Amino acid sequence: MGRLSVSLCGVELSNPIIPASGTFGYGHEFAGYYDLDCLGALALKGTTLAPRFGNPTPRIAEAPAGMLNAVGLQNPGVDGVIENELPKLAAVFHKPAIANVSGFSIEEYAAVCRKLDPRPEIGWLEVNVSCPNVHGGGMSFGTDPAAAAAVTRAVKAVTKKPVILKLSPNVTDIVAVARACEDAGADGLSLINTVLALRIDWKTRRPILANTTGGLSGPAIFPLALRMVWQVSQAVSIPVIGLGGVSSAEDAAEMLLAGAAAVQVGAANLVDPYACPKIIRALPGVLDRMGADNIREIIGGAHGD
Amino acid sequence: MKQSVFTVIENTPVTERVSRLRLRGDCSAIERPGQFVNIALPGLFLRRPFSVSDWNDDSLTLHYELVGKGTELLRSMQKGEKLDLLTGLGNGFDLSLAGERPLLVGGGSGVSPLLGLARRLVQQGSRPQVILGFDTREDIFLVDELFHLSLSPSVTTADGSFGIRGLATDAMDLPHSFFYACGPEAMLRAVAQKSPVSGQLSFDARMGCGFGACMGCTKETLNGPRRVCRDGPVFLKEELTWDD
Repeated sequence: MGRLSVSLCGVELSNPIIPASGTFGYGHEFAGYYDLDCLGALALKGTTLAPRFGNPTPRIAEAPAGMLNAVGLQNPGVDGVIENELPKLAAVFHKPAIANVSGFSIEEYAAVCRKLDPRPEIGWLEVNVSCPNVHGGGMSFGTDPAAAAAVTRAVKAVTKKPVILKLSPNVTDIVAVARACEDAGADGLSLINTVLALRIDWKTRRPILANTTGGLSGPAIFPLALRMVWQVSQAVSIPVIGLGGVSSAEDAAEMLLAGAAAVQVGAANLVDPYACPKIIRALPGVLDRMGADNIREIIGGAHGD
Repeated sequence: MKQSVFTVIENTPVTERVSRLRLRGDCSAIERPGQFVNIALPGLFLRRPFSVSDWNDDSLTLHYELVGKGTELLRSMQKGEKLDLLTGLGNGFDLSLAGERPLLVGGGSGVSPLLGLARRLVQQGSRPQVILGFDTREDIFLVDELFHLSLSPSVTTADGSFGIRGLATDAMDLPHSFFYACGPEAMLRAVAQKSPVSGQLSFDARMGCGFGACMGCTKETLNGPRRVCRDGPVFLKEELTWDD
């Protein structure tokens, strides 16, 4: 194994850095910017059973050290993804990708996963029970441990691929949701999705986003995400992907020290399209300064003993 | 798309609300008029997108309107200060569609990209007809630059304080082979309706990334959802739906 390589649900990644879902489209469009094979993996745009336009615009607002989005799961539907997006991705990315699955019912989650299960381009199914920007789906499954467990069981029944539940921070006790998913058979967890938030245009006296509320991401949520990764990784024995405001190799090291097995980079991609390769290139220097031989030895290292 | 650092060489108000910003740096990624740059500003998380007015190999000119925190910050930038830019974003106007007698229509701060467009149309041998629409006399800019290209733009003001009283569309009385328009959405719609021929229209949007990653600026079109930042900001009249 290389100095930066890590393992995610039994699959080796050449490094722990993964562009997060919703910040990287379906991957192939960014092949013109850099060689995608430098990434540990990449997470595809959230996909539902039917095509979705998403929410009305404006969908984006500035925030202190971050941003709000209320895109609302715009995507071409799982059939469109399989037909058009995955072949284009396979031409430019030669590693397994993480499909991100959303739904408005347990049956929809299972139906999308069943269609993606045979696809060789997909290495993991990341099940998004945490989208704050749609009504009657997404986050409503991730804020109730029993509902999150039910989605987990339904998805596990239709796929042999590792199933990763993407959790919402918009809960009182994220550990309870995480444990419920683990008990229901989840192979991994990723956290956190965005934090439910609001901005108001003081000049017009109205919310900036057409959807009223949106999900806060960026450096503003990094300490919150880090705390949740710390808590959950201690409470479960399945791997945890840490995300939320990671913008530098040092942030990634903090996530790993908190117990993350791999790290996703989200909002940083939107302000610096080269954020992921820059972080990957900087990681060996961070390990040098830490006196660490390889990246695996720092995982969970902040918990002591 | 290219990421590089530019140096401010001029930042001067040209009207009460619009300033001209000239930046020195590598412009090799800019291929067409109507493309935009996305500028990182100190203390703000998201970049701010600005249409390019004109450019050459090593400098570019923007005209930006004061609309909020980002543009206020930009207005405070001094000569010699550095800015991180993504350049060459968006599709830009297609000069091959111009025909014999193209019409350029701009409204308010949306007149900005018409300068680079007009220059390149003149360079390819055509004499575009230009209409610039403003609210009032004090808002007028870019007219001198167009005179330097030996063009005589028609100027309209809504209050009649200069030029033709009325809207930009009120000056659209001559036949044209194709039109290019940039300005407020109501103006774009009116231009598209009034012109009997095809045209390209450049849209403004609140963007996240500016290069197609976040789906923040999606617009419905007759060809399905399109990203204003990457599939646009320039759209063909025939692909637009004006439902929203």
